[in-house]
Amino acid sequence: MITTTNLSKKYNGNQVLNIEHLEIPKGQSFGLVGNNGAGKTTYFSLLLDLIQPTTGCITSNDIQVNLSEDWKPFTSSFIDESFLIGYLTAEEYFYFIGELRGQNKADVDALVNEFEDFFHGEILHQKKYLRDLSKGNQKKAGIVAALIGNPEVIILDEPFANLDPTTQIRLKNIIKDLAEQKGVTVLVSSHDLMHVTDVCERIVVLEKGEVVKDIATSGETLHELESYFAASAEV
Amino acid sequence: MIKHFLNLEWKQFTRSASFGKSLGLKILMGFFALYFILMFLALGVGMFPMLKKIFPERDPFVMFNSFIFYWILGDLVIRFFFQKLPVMSVKPLLTLPIKRGKIVNFVLGKSALSFFNFLPLFAIVPFGVTLIFNNYNVSVILIWMLTIFSITLINNYLNFIIESLSAKTELSFLPIIGVSGCLFALNHFEIINISELLAAGIQAVANNPLLLVVPILILIGLYLFNFKILRDKLFLDSSLKTKTQEVNASNLEWTKKFGDIAPFMQLDLKLLWRNKRPKSSVWMLFLGLFYGLVFYPNPTYQDKPFFFIIIGIFITGIFLINFGQFIPAWDSGYYKMLMSQNIKYKQYLKSKYTLMTLSVIILFVLSIPYVYFGWKILLAHFGAAIYNIGVNTYVILYGGSFNRKKINLNEKAAFNFQGTGAVQWIIGLPLIVFPIIIFSIFNYFFSFEIGVLALIILGLIGIVFHEKLMKFITKKYLASKYKMIAAFDQEN
Repeated sequence: MITTTNLSKKYNGNQVLNIEHLEIPKGQSFGLVGNNGAGKTTYFSLLLDLIQPTTGCITSNDIQVNLSEDWKPFTSSFIDESFLIGYLTAEEYFYFIGELRGQNKADVDALVNEFEDFFHGEILHQKKYLRDLSKGNQKKAGIVAALIGNPEVIILDEPFANLDPTTQIRLKNIIKDLAEQKGVTVLVSSHDLMHVTDVCERIVVLEKGEVVKDIATSGETLHELESYFAASAEV
Repeated sequence: MIKHFLNLEWKQFTRSASFGKSLGLKILMGFFALYFILMFLALGVGMFPMLKKIFPERDPFVMFNSFIFYWILGDLVIRFFFQKLPVMSVKPLLTLPIKRGKIVNFVLGKSALSFFNFLPLFAIVPFGVTLIFNNYNVSVILIWMLTIFSITLINNYLNFIIESLSAKTELSFLPIIGVSGCLFALNHFEIINISELLAAGIQAVANNPLLLVVPILILIGLYLFNFKILRDKLFLDSSLKTKTQEVNASNLEWTKKFGDIAPFMQLDLKLLWRNKRPKSSVWMLFLGLFYGLVFYPNPTYQDKPFFFIIIGIFITGIFLINFGQFIPAWDSGYYKMLMSQNIKYKQYLKSKYTLMTLSVIILFVLSIPYVYFGWKILLAHFGAAIYNIGVNTYVILYGGSFNRKKINLNEKAAFNFQGTGAVQWIIGLPLIVFPIIIFSIFNYFFSFEIGVLALIILGLIGIVFHEKLMKFITKKYLASKYKMIAAFDQEN
């Protein structure tokens, strides 16, 4: 589904990302972990054609993302709060995104209503603009908006941060469900090793922009990851 | 402690991302300041002989005092619009072991050092010195100067109280304009002669130093009141936290008539209506409409037809200019999202184009009553409107592709230069100057009608080639996509 070849990104000569080859098959739930500055957000930004690669390219469904825009209809994402339009209410935002993705109001309503328990009654019918919601609630709205329009690829940067424990668990179920039941390719990055191991079939560890581990998740994975990061803490 | 505060201030100033960029603006401000200083100096030096000449039978000192009322009113109004309470990012300080009172005192104390408070001194001191040279009692004049200076400071603190009371609502300037207008009217129609009363008061203080206590007590009272207001605000949950607004939802179903650009038009309309900064460009429409009244009643402009064109371009295009110059920076807050969504740039731009065109048409219709001042004006406005639609909209959209400055939608609009760069000034030129040149040439060699016709033809050409031009502009935007995303990501 998503193929990365010889991808690198440099800022003023500083290499921040360098991935020789990475293949993410369709329907995989893919986790990206790494310390701050490891290149997680850079990779996602390249995947969404928000920044230009220094060398190499990413193809999604055989479409090279920095040459054609045809990947946009089947790709959706939530990177950070700047993906929200602050002066809209949550409903208006969902309808707007829906409209961009060719969904009518009824479609959007049907999808959003599935997430009623995820929203915990704090997002819909609030008569509040998104900019006035708390960080956690903004995140919930952004994540659900990324699910509108049956995307085949969903990219979520740090989806667990700022969420309360109940919502974290609900989100994990949603992500698992997307990959297993609906065949959606889900890309998630996180600092929380436990959450990613729970959710993802495959975990890639980035360090200083390079892939240092590529693990198919098993019972041992969490332990393996913990000992890896513990080792780098001792150095 | 104050040393730390000053240190923070300095770093905030020199390390802000826009320090280098807005240096030009600062230099410009510096020139303005210098200009005002010189004006006031001239006023101070020239005041005595001037008053002597105009009112030879009256005492210049008494005369000057009777003007102070107007000065106070004017000063208050100007301060209200230009002077802001010096801000300090207090949020990180709240959890540190610093007494709240100290922070408030620092902020208030710093405001006393404002340029507005020193400016009057440039007039008062020379005037006082000339008075002393003209054999006025030295101690009386010195006390008088002190009184005036304390009145300046009273104005300073009074302004902050007015500002915080009239709050951050829309049209917050109405109360101050209303009250000062009323005071002026009361005085002008001599219902209560405030200016004489005030003059008598100042005179009394000057003659009796003990009475100096009165203005100083007022000053202290105002300071304490300010202190109380600010101190109460120094909690995370009051003023530092942004107020939540009640949603004013309206369904904009009528935009559906515009087809595939409807979602963007709805978004743009909400953008205009729900954010402080763009909302003010809507208010500007009404001010702009009356712009013609300044010039048209004046017969000197009647035989200068190029004035009709300037005003026509301005009246029918004020929204176009105000809104258009910040495309696409209006959407800078969520530009990344738009770029990763399944949108066609063309629709996005066309929505802006449609909005601007609609505004030109509506404003032209509203400006029809100007026909009262002559049919030529109506014709000129019509020509300007067509030119605005057919040429200026594209120019401003094209200029937008060079836009690299983020805009914070929720900041006050008056005299906010955020997002303004060289591009805005350069684009502004062809918008107004170019049509005037074209018109003037045709008007000079042929006639007024041919001049207007030339503008109309240019506009029509633009309308005919709409698709081609939009395609070209869209390409420009696509080419600068990454640069815009990177630039809008930075706070300035």
